Order: sequence, then structure tokens, then C-alpha cells
Amino acid sequence: MELTTVWFVAIATLWTGYFVLEGFDFGVGMLLRVLGRTEPERRAIVTTIGPVWDGNEVWLIVAGGATFAAFPEWYATLFSGFYLPLFAILVGLIVRGVALEYRGKRDEPEWRARMDAMIVVGSVLPALLWGVAFGNIVRGVPLDADHEYVGGFGTLLNPFALLGGLTFVAVFVTHGAIFLALRTTDDLRRRANRLASRASVVIAVLAAGFLVWAQHLRGDLASMILAGAAMVALSGGLVANELAREGWAFVGTTLAIGLAVVSLFVALFPDVMPSTLDPGSTLTIVDAASTPYTLKAMTIITAIVLPLVLLYQGWSYWVFRKRVTVAPVSVSAS
Amino acid sequence: MDGLDLARWQFAITTVYHFFFVPVTISLVAITAGLQTAWYRTGKEKYLRLTKFYGKLFLINIAMGVVTGLVQEFQFGMNWSDYSRFVGDVFGAPLALEGLLAFFLESTFIGLWIFGWDRLPKLVHLGCIWMVVLGTQLSAYFILAANSWMQNPVGFRYNAARGRAELTDLWAVLTNKVVLVTFPHTIFAAFMVGGAFVAGVALWHLVRRPGTDGDVFRSALKIGASVVLVAGVGVAISGDLQGKVMTEVQPMKMAAAEALYETEKPASFSVFTVGTLDGSKEIFSIKLPYLLSFLATGRFDGEVQGINSLQEAYEQLYGPGSYKPNIPLTYWTFRLMIGVGMASAAVALWLLWTTRRGRAPARWLVWLAAPLPLLPLVANTFGWIFTETGRQPWLVFGLLPTASGVSPGTTSGEVITSLVGFTALYGVLAVVEMRLMLRAIWSGLPEADVGVGRPRTGGSDDDESGADDEPDPLSFAY
Ligand code: HDD
Ligand code: HEM
Ligand code: HEM
Repeated sequence: MELTTVWFVAIATLWTGYFVLEGFDFGVGMLLRVLGRTEPERRAIVTTIGPVWDGNEVWLIVAGGATFAAFPEWYATLFSGFYLPLFAILVGLIVRGVALEYRGKRDEPEWRARMDAMIVVGSVLPALLWGVAFGNIVRGVPLDADHEYVGGFGTLLNPFALLGGLTFVAVFVTHGAIFLALRTTDDLRRRANRLASRASVVIAVLAAGFLVWAQHLRGDLASMILAGAAMVALSGGLVANELAREGWAFVGTTLAIGLAVVSLFVALFPDVMPSTLDPGSTLTIVDAASTPYTLKAMTIITAIVLPLVLLYQGWSYWVFRKRVTVAPVSVSAS
Repeated sequence: MDGLDLARWQFAITTVYHFFFVPVTISLVAITAGLQTAWYRTGKEKYLRLTKFYGKLFLINIAMGVVTGLVQEFQFGMNWSDYSRFVGDVFGAPLALEGLLAFFLESTFIGLWIFGWDRLPKLVHLGCIWMVVLGTQLSAYFILAANSWMQNPVGFRYNAARGRAELTDLWAVLTNKVVLVTFPHTIFAAFMVGGAFVAGVALWHLVRRPGTDGDVFRSALKIGASVVLVAGVGVAISGDLQGKVMTEVQPMKMAAAEALYETEKPASFSVFTVGTLDGSKEIFSIKLPYLLSFLATGRFDGEVQGINSLQEAYEQLYGPGSYKPNIPLTYWTFRLMIGVGMASAAVALWLLWTTRRGRAPARWLVWLAAPLPLLPLVANTFGWIFTETGRQPWLVFGLLPTASGVSPGTTSGEVITSLVGFTALYGVLAVVEMRLMLRAIWSGLPEADVGVGRPRTGGSDDDESGADDEPDPLSFAY
């Protein structure tokens, strides 16, 4: 495989890892006030993602850094073009990260309520806007001959991209609910399961609509097969959820998100930012790539380091594999 | 203000803000790890209590470091897209490596450390915090390697056809002589902040609550003040080395640091000057003869080039234009970095002296508790403002002027939105963080059996719920 292709695959993998992992903690964040009726319940909900959310977010940081290193033009065009959505995503992530870390540090109910609101907003906003951003990448945006984005903010808010945003939110809610069902006990566990079940038809319709539209815009055989497989996995996951097979349900939504993101990247390949103005100004992996030397050096280092990262992140999930129970009494700030 | 100025302001504000938390993180995590190690080795309760106390302060701080770092990672693409296109091939690699090698390590092991207090065997748990220490060091090294490349580009060739710099030798970038001196200097400077923070907090408790945990805080005061002193020596030595490297690779910055218009041999260092606003004429000045020569060249009679001759030389080399940074700014930030930072070392020394052999600190000393950590912190800020503005008008020295790096497509409206948005958000968060910090300091040392991430009571953490073969639920609070 060409190194540029290798790095396209690597970037796709990083984004896929990001959405699979942060997908459930976004979902958990969005459901904090919906499923958590009492303070101990809410605390249990936050505890399920407490040890892992920051590690999940690093997938985004590395996706950004790796895009900068391997495809500088892509990094430059994407981030300057999607300026305002990105700014809003950053604000969301900042607010959320701070709230997750600080909510347990004070005891007053008002404090907790404020932090909870920040967690909810900070989970919905980025999920929605990542969907909008990926919708636009697949759909194509106006780029001039220098690969500079020449549309406005409004250009980004087209129906397809907005559907992408809704789909991301909806799928992450399900993914998060199933994760909660897997990680909690008793009443909370049952409620999470029921929520995922009630939402399942809406979710499946949204996801199918978005994927079919995406294939229609820019699909080939491979991406179509992947999108189909994503829908099968999603349905499987939702069925498993009905049967209260939580582990399998989570495998289902994980595979569904993974396959769907991969299908979008496969549909895109070998372009990275299609232009809607003139096919000649489309940014491709070849235009965007760094030199073979940089790509080679990065490949060697990544091949050594990434397995280690997966090993210790996996270990951390293993250490925290036990279910979280709801503490019977309200307790002081930690 | 045009788009360029706005982008510069945004970068300066967000980066300086990020660097309020970074030095505290770098040093406090290491000091906490040291305390926990002391507990592990000696089994003394006081070290456990200090670990948990300072560990909690560290956690409050790092949350801010993490979220503000996120902005940094994306800002190059947002506001500096032409810069990103120009340098991505070289600069992207250390940035990506930072994420891959450092941030994964930090974030994962910090989760394990917070939540692992009684999940993990003691030694493994101790290992977790040392992994975080390793992560912060790696993170600092890679990002400084990236920054050093902007000060002194190495290991690349210029591709005129594509108008960009291309990496030819990654090792050269990672062993840039600038990063080799910048890394120790920055780390020592960070330890001055963390040491002073530990000492300042302990001092406050010693004076305000002489009855509670006096001997524990006395140890903390000694540890903190000693860290400041050792780090202060390290900063001075590494700073001196940095001065010499800087004279070699960016002589204009050294000339600007001294506002030295004409070449001198030997050159003296002025401690304080009153001059005209642009610094071109001096009215009053206190001078230390030969010192600048020594700082710049290592010899007391070394020649230091002046701004005017460098300006001429650069015009020959790069064409017409001004190659002078903002002279009063570089002059004063350089002095303030050294002066304010070293003042904290003096305070630390004084504290060690007055508390020797069990003496209680005088009551008025409590007024030093807050300034003590703030002094090295603002010295850090001054140091960066000096380093970064002293590089102007270059973004990448000798290669890319700052004006050519800014995103051509983004509008002023967009940049104003994010500039105002980030500044307001950061302002609010600063208040929230400071309040939490003060509360945590105020509430004093925890009891020895309280986990950092755990509630004091409640939570059926015991092993009775669930079937035998099912793992026990994890029920501590967040
Ligand atoms: C507690 C903070 C602190 C203190 C007391 C000092 N410094 Fe410093 N200095 C920094 C914190 C710092 C810094 C913020 O960490 C910088 C900014 C970039 C860097 O590498 O370190 C810096 C940069 C910096 C540079 C610029 C390097 C460049 O642009 O390439 C020089 C020449 C020095 N320092 C020299 C000194 C000397 C001779 C000192 C005293 C004896 C000194 N510094 C004390
Ligand atoms: C090591 C990582 C860093 C990198 C890669 C970096 C890079 C940059 C870039 C791209 C700019 C914008 C262009 C410009 O206006 O010159 C800049 C400016 C600036 N940076 Fe840094 N920087 C780093 C660290 C820091 C830190 C830690 C601080 C302060 C705490 C800092 C302070 C500033 C300031 C004050 C400016 C504005 C200078 C001016 O516009 O005149 N930098 N830096
Ligand atoms: C402009 C350049 C910079 C970028 C792009 C950047 C990027 C980041 C990011 C993305 C994070 C969050 C990581 C996480 O989620 O765990 C972070 C935190 C951190 N950064 Fe920066 N950073 C910059 C400047 C610096 C400098 C100059 C240093 C030190 C010399 C530094 C040291 C650290 C450390 C030690 C952390 C982890 C601890 C903490 O968050 O306080 N950074 N940085």
C-alpha cells in the first residue's frame, strides 16, 4: 500500500476510535439528567465514564495531530474552513471536561445542578456538530483553487449535514444508554435498557436515512457494503438490547458506529475534502500529504507505540470492568 | 485591528492561559508522586495525607490544563492555516508524537490513579502516578521540540515548488540544540512554580492554623522551599546556556533583550533603564559591566552585536523591511522573568532560614503565601512573552514571516467571535478554578484513610452485593 493510503487508513481509524469511544461518553453525558433521577444515581452515571473520558478524548487530539503531520493541507483546510462549528465544539468540550472533573468537588445541590447542565450541553453540542462537520466533508464544500474554504457559516447548515448531526446525537444516545445498562445495576440499569429500547425505531430510521443519503451522494460498492453492515450491526445491537443481552448490545452499537464511520471514509477515498465548485479544486490525499520521509517516520513510530497504547487503555477498561452501584446515602464531596 | 492582529492576540491569550496550568501540572504531579513514594517506602501517615492533599490540588489544576490544551491543538489549523500548510510536514510530527506518546499515557494513568486507590495493589497504583509524570515530561519535550524548530529550523529542506518546509531528519528536529537547553530550563522553571505552590500553601496553614497538623505542614514547607531553591539554580544555569544558544541562532533577540542598538565589546547588562518609549535613547540606567558579554558568549570581553548592524545584515539577506522585534517589550520581559522568578527563590531561602530547627514562622509572613507561587508563575509568562515576541517578525525564524502564516479565508468576524468567546470563558473558568482551589486548601489535610476519588462514608464498596461469580460493583462516587 502507498504510504498516503496507509495514513488515510490511520486517520480513519483514529476518528473511528474517537467516535466509538467518546460516542458512549457523549451519550452518557446527554442522559445524565434523563436517567439519573437522584443525586446518587447521577453520581453513579458520571462514575461510569469518570476514569475513561479523558483517554477517549485523546483519540481526537491524536486524530488532529496526525492529520496535521500526515496531511497538513487537510488539517489547514478543514479547521480554518469549519471555523465556527469547531469553535463551538471546543467550547462544548471545555465546559464538559471541567464539569466532569469539578462536579464532585463541592457538595451543594446548586453546584451539582450547574455542573450537570454543563455536562449535558457539552455532550450534545459537540456530538451534533461533529455530525454536521462529517456530513459536510462527505457532501463536499466550496473550495477555491488554493483549497481554501470560500463558503460561509450558512453553507455548512445544509439538510444533509443537519441530518448527520441529528443522527450522531441519536446514535450516541443509544450507544450511551446501552453502555450504562452494561455498567450499572438495578433500577438504573433497567431504565437505561428501556430508554434504548424505546428510542430504537427512531434511531434506526435516522441512521438508515443518513447512510443511504451519504451513499447516494458519494458511494461505491465497498462503502455501500460497509454501510449495510453498519445497519445490520445496529439492528443486531438493538435486538440484543430487547433481549437484555447488554454485552452483545454494546458490541452491536460499537460495530455500527465503527462500520458507519469507516463507510464514510471509504466513500471519500481518495479525496479528503471534495469541492462543490470545481472538481479540480478537490483536495485529494496526494495533494494533502506530507513527504514520504515524514510518513515513513510516523509509520514506524506509530506501529511501535499504538499497540502499547491499546494495551494500557484496554487494561484500564479491565480494571474498571465492575458495575457501578448507586450509593445508598448521599455523601460528602470527595 | 485586522485579522492578523486578532489571530495573534488570540494565540497569545490562549497560550499564556494554557501555560498558567502547565507548570503547576508538570511540577505538582512529580512532587505528589514523590510524596506517595515516601509513603510507600516509609509507611508514615503524614506522607499519605500530604499525597492526598496536594494530589487533589493537582487534579483541580490539571483539569484546566487539559481543556485549554485542546484549544491549542486546533488553533494552528483554525487561525494559522497557511502556517500549517508551510510547516505541517515538519512541525506536525512532534505534535502528533506528543499526543500518541504523552497524552494517551497521561490521561489513561490519571484515571487509573484517581479511581484506583483501593482497586490496585499499592505498588501498581504508585506506578500509575509515575507514568503520569513520564507523560508530562514527554509532552513538554515534544511540544518544546516543535516550538524550538520555530526558533531555529533544522533537519528540513525548503521545497520552492510546493512552498513549504519538508522534513529530512526527524532526529535533528528532536535534538535541536535549542530544545536541548529549552527543555531543562522550562522544566526547572515549572518546578519553581510547583515548589513555591507547595510551600505557599503550607506556610498559610502554619501561620493561620498553628494548631492543626503543624509538623506535617512544616515538612511540606521545607520540601516546597527546597524544590524552589534547587530549581532556581537549575533555571539560572540552563538559562545561561540558553542565552548563548540564542545569541548564536537569533542574535537579534539577544540584542533586543538588552536594547543594544550598537555593537559593543565588551557589553554590559543593564538592570534597569529609563529611556524613550521606543528604547532608542536612554536617560538613566544601572549597568553591570561585562555581564552581557558573558551571558551571550561565555567570555567577559565577548562582542555582542547591536540591533542596527543586525538590521542591516538581515536586509541584505532577506530584503527590505524591519527585522526588529518590539524592543521595550523584550527588554522588560527579559528582566522581569529573571527578577521576579529569582525573587521567589530568595523568599524560599528566607523561609527555610526563619523556620530552621523547629522555629515557627512570624505571623506577617502569611502575606508571602500567595505571592510566593505567583512570582515564578508570572516569571514563566514573561519568559514566554520574551521568547515568542523576540522572534518577531518571524513565525519560523528566517523562513516564514508571521504575516504570511495567518489563515487567508477566515473573516475578522469569526476570529473576533472566538477571541471574545475564549477570553470570556477562560475568565469565568479562572474564577471557578480559583474558588475550588482555595476551598480545597482551606479544608486542610484529609484523614489518612480517605481516598482521593472516594467519598468519606457510604457507598456499598464492600464485597457483599451481587452473586459470587459476578465481579463486585464499583460504587465509589465521582
Ligand atoms: C520561573 C521562571 C523563570 C526564571 C526564574 C528564569 N526563566 Fe528564563 N524562561 C522561562 C522561565 C524562567 C520560560 C518561561 O520557561 C522560558 C520561555 C521559553 C523557554 O524556553 O523558557 C524562558 C526563556 C528564556 C530565554 C529565551 C530562550 C529563547 O528564546 O531561545 C532565555 C535566554 C532565558 N530564559 C534565560 C534565563 C536566565 C539567564 C535566567 C536567570 C538566571 C532565567 N531565564 C530565569
Ligand atoms: C511550545 C509550544 C508553542 C508553540 C508551538 C508556539 C507557537 C506560536 C505561534 C504559532 C504563535 C503565533 C504567531 C505569532 O503571533 O507570533 C505564537 C505567538 C505567541 N506565543 Fe507561542 N508557542 C508556544 C508556546 C508558548 C507559550 C507556552 C507561551 C506563553 C505562555 C507563548 C506565548 C506566545 C505569545 C505571547 C505570542 C504572541 C507573540 C506576538 O504575536 O507578538 N507561546 N506562538
Ligand atoms: C501551542 C502549543 C501547545 C499545544 C498544541 C498543546 C496541546 C495540549 C493538549 C491538547 C493538551 C491536553 C491533553 C489531554 O487532554 O490530556 C495539553 C496539556 C498539556 N500541555 Fe500543552 N500544548 C501546547 C503548549 C504547551 C507547552 C509549551 C508545554 C510545556 C512546556 C505544554 C505541556 C503540557 C502538559 C504538561 C500538559 C498536560 C498537563 C496539563 O494539562 O496541564 N503544553 N497540551
